[in-house]
Amino acid sequence: MAVLDQTAPASALRWRNWRWSLAWIALLLVAIALISLPSLAPWAIDYPKQWIIPLAAELKALMKWVVKNFSIVTRAIASMLQLPLDLALGLLAKGFTIGNGAEALHLPRLSWLGLVVAFTLLGRLLGGGRIALIACICFSYIALFGQWDSAMLTLASIAICVPFAVLLGLGFGILAYHSPKFDTYAIRPMLDLMQTVPAFAYLVPVLLLFGFGPVSAMIATIIFAMPPMVRATALALRQVPEDIQDFASMAGCTRRQRLWRVMIPTARPLLMVGVNQVIMMTLNMVIIASMIGAGGLGYDVLLALRSLDIGRALEAGLAIVALAIALDRLSQAAADQGPLDPTAPARRHRYALVALAVLIVTTLGGLVWPWLASLPKDMTLTTGPIWSEMIAWINVNFFDAIDATRTWLLLHLLNPVKQFLLKTPWIVLVAALGLLGLYLGGIRRKQGWHLAILAMLLFAFSAVVGLWEKAMITVYLCGISAIFACLIGIPLGVLGGRRALANRILGIVVDTLQTLPSFVYLIPVVMLFRVGDVTAMIAIVFFAVAPAIRYTSHGIRQVPAHLTEAATAMGCTRRQLLWRVQLPLALPEILLGINQTILLALSMLVITALVGTRDLGQEVYIALTKADPGRGIVAGLAIAFIGITADRLMSAWARRLRQGMGLAAAETGAANH
Amino acid sequence: MTETVTRMPVTERLMTDRPVKLSCRNVWKVFGREAERFLQNRSTPPSADQIADAGLLAAVRDVSLDIHDGEIFIVMGLSGSGKSTLLRCLSRLIEPSAGSILLDGDDLLKADETRLIDIRRHKMGMVFQNFALLPHLTVLENVAFPLSVQNVGKAERLQRAMEVIDLVGLKGREQSYPRQLSGGQQQRVGIARSLAVNPELWFLDEPFSALDPLIRREMQSELLRLQNVLKKTMVFVTHDFDEAIRLADRIAIMKDGAVIQTGTPEELVTHPATEYVAEFTRDVQRAKVVSAASAMRPRSAGHFDSAVAADLKIQAVAAQVIGGGKPVAVTAADGSVIGELTPDAVLATLIGREAQR
Repeated sequence: MAVLDQTAPASALRWRNWRWSLAWIALLLVAIALISLPSLAPWAIDYPKQWIIPLAAELKALMKWVVKNFSIVTRAIASMLQLPLDLALGLLAKGFTIGNGAEALHLPRLSWLGLVVAFTLLGRLLGGGRIALIACICFSYIALFGQWDSAMLTLASIAICVPFAVLLGLGFGILAYHSPKFDTYAIRPMLDLMQTVPAFAYLVPVLLLFGFGPVSAMIATIIFAMPPMVRATALALRQVPEDIQDFASMAGCTRRQRLWRVMIPTARPLLMVGVNQVIMMTLNMVIIASMIGAGGLGYDVLLALRSLDIGRALEAGLAIVALAIALDRLSQAAADQGPLDPTAPARRHRYALVALAVLIVTTLGGLVWPWLASLPKDMTLTTGPIWSEMIAWINVNFFDAIDATRTWLLLHLLNPVKQFLLKTPWIVLVAALGLLGLYLGGIRRKQGWHLAILAMLLFAFSAVVGLWEKAMITVYLCGISAIFACLIGIPLGVLGGRRALANRILGIVVDTLQTLPSFVYLIPVVMLFRVGDVTAMIAIVFFAVAPAIRYTSHGIRQVPAHLTEAATAMGCTRRQLLWRVQLPLALPEILLGINQTILLALSMLVITALVGTRDLGQEVYIALTKADPGRGIVAGLAIAFIGITADRLMSAWARRLRQGMGLAAAETGAANH
Repeated sequence: MTETVTRMPVTERLMTDRPVKLSCRNVWKVFGREAERFLQNRSTPPSADQIADAGLLAAVRDVSLDIHDGEIFIVMGLSGSGKSTLLRCLSRLIEPSAGSILLDGDDLLKADETRLIDIRRHKMGMVFQNFALLPHLTVLENVAFPLSVQNVGKAERLQRAMEVIDLVGLKGREQSYPRQLSGGQQQRVGIARSLAVNPELWFLDEPFSALDPLIRREMQSELLRLQNVLKKTMVFVTHDFDEAIRLADRIAIMKDGAVIQTGTPEELVTHPATEYVAEFTRDVQRAKVVSAASAMRPRSAGHFDSAVAADLKIQAVAAQVIGGGKPVAVTAADGSVIGELTPDAVLATLIGREAQR
């Protein structure tokens, strides 16, 4: 921490570093003592069984009671959601049947061709020719490759979930803006939990409350997708310039006028970024949730993976990608639109009319020419066999190499780390986290002690509820994956930060990586490495690498130009410029990226449980299949607590660095040690 | 200068004769915990040290001002002097920690939210440094906005908005969006918008500071033109002393939250209260500020060839006096001769020396 302690005399500095080394050595000695003399304190090595609190069982009982007594409420909510969902499903996927039996009147769903045209027009209206082309290609792909039915099921869920999530998020965001106390003590902790508890974990109680089916999937999706909207709303409202807020007062706005006529319209661009995120999170979750009975693309992938039909899995996966890209680009284009120009309403009107006309004509045409209603099988393409053959070929020719890699990784990296974490006495690991918290948070500050205590409590939670072993496997799998992701992502980010061309290419790669639902990453990896920890690790690395790249590149880019110019003028080589100026200044930003990478890795765990890892994700997955809400929630909380611990420690580290560089004002009373 | 009454320029006399529109008495704004109680529990005003010792920050200290109907009152100070905070106290955008603010004799601080909204809707207008235009509305909609929150009918508010847009010279741009306009045009929209409700009291918070120097001068002239037509009571905040001199009827100079001198530009230039004020006035072209009444001496001759009005600035009479080569009479508004102005005095003012009397 040379940067941090510039002001301290050298001798004091040396003593402080010594003190910390002594503390760590003491902890190491304790660990060695505990292991070499197991009889000394057996409770400190393995958490005693009789100390375990059966939290899961109690939660299960509680849930049973809730289900029994509140079924009226849950049914009311369910039917409220069912209605719009049926409408969307009817329009996009199933058509409507009015009446019963033989004389039932069947109204067709919207024609695929009409929808492709409508989305293309929407793209042109929002973002011009390029976006129109993207929308057209993506939706045509879905239609031509025979994924239309499943894709429309997925799209119908999205179309209903997004408005709910956006409105709820807006409401909570406004609350958070108006009452900072409510924000600090209620909303933020809740958001942290909602985003770090894996989605699967709250699928279970939702399932119990609302039954197995699309409505449960929707509710879980809305809960999962809402947090970014809450954050975006609160942030956007806080960023409305003070002048404009003063103007609202001086114009004599009432509170309501102020909010709806001044604040929200002014905050619109940032709000739209929130909407874009909600759409992407919704897609991600709808894919996962389709496993609990919503049907759709996610379900297709799952079925294909189970039967090891790689080609089909990949095609459905690519359809997810196509849908993701189309929705992302469309909503981004909507967000990028500035205030509309005066001709916009008329133009919108015209586009809407044309789209409507096309939809009606093609849908009615579908009654006469069936190929307009749904593309017959012999007109669709499939690349499935090609992919299957390719995988087969790779496996025949490269099996030895791939298998050797896998075994080597397992024997020399994964297993040793796993054993180390499992063999170390639990109390030593908890103490080590406390020490780390103190070191990063600052031993002379109240926050440092808070951080240490929080880290220890959250980490010890796993032991107390009897999930220590699975928690350690989680830490090891996530830890290694996050390290790999950083080893790949940070150098790439540095490259992107220093070269414009690399930045552009990486930007596209990162955008694509972040658009794809986590599920998709499993497909190619499973094909090559089959199931197991190595597969899980590789999938996690792919999923989690994006923030490491993005934050590093951004961190390097935001180093003020006058500093790099000054360094160049002093005669720094490019290498010196990087190591002495750009990297140190970008470090806090890079740490934030690592933080995000860790959180993404954790959220991927439940997905990788599908390929047979034995971590907390598996616990959640088992809970899901057994419909055991207590087990699911406890394991979910354990994952969330690991995530929150990592998040707080990394943030403290970043803050410490930033303060040391004078980039953030030292808080009052902070001894700059 | 012996008779104080003759030194007072005509404009000043007119302004201060008018009724007081807005006044504030012993206004404080202190930031920090329990600032109100800190101010209440004492008989004499606290010193700067006492405030600092209590861990508080005083942005406005004990300010008392009277702003008269129809005058351009300028609050001038460097950044951090508390001028914007004072303006926000006067409009009650922030609550003063202590003191009272009287608008037409009523205490503004006692008004409840409904009453305050009502006052702001009908009596106050404000122009902001960064324009504060709503990005999602057109020029026309922006200007009509204050009327629309009062639920004025559409036809009526659009007509009124067109009137003020015309007044500020933006006719033809009413369908543009703010981002399509230049800074000067945007501030014209801001001015039009603040005038839409025909306010009696007009607050301008550094309205031209974000503009280029040339545009700034143009806007200042524009403001003077508008004021000739509208005759509002204006409270104008600026950090630019030249701007203050150019526009003001009276100026209050602020430093560290306190008003250290209030007076006409001429008073500030000729009789700075402190070294700090003198520092500001040093580079001012005195001939533009000093009036004939200030530069004259008691009459000595019995007969004059020509006469000048007492409130005219030296710059305006210089050619006449120097060209004549001998003292001219200085006459008050009623035509009586109150003194004489010598070519030497005019020259001395022109080259920036104190007149030698």
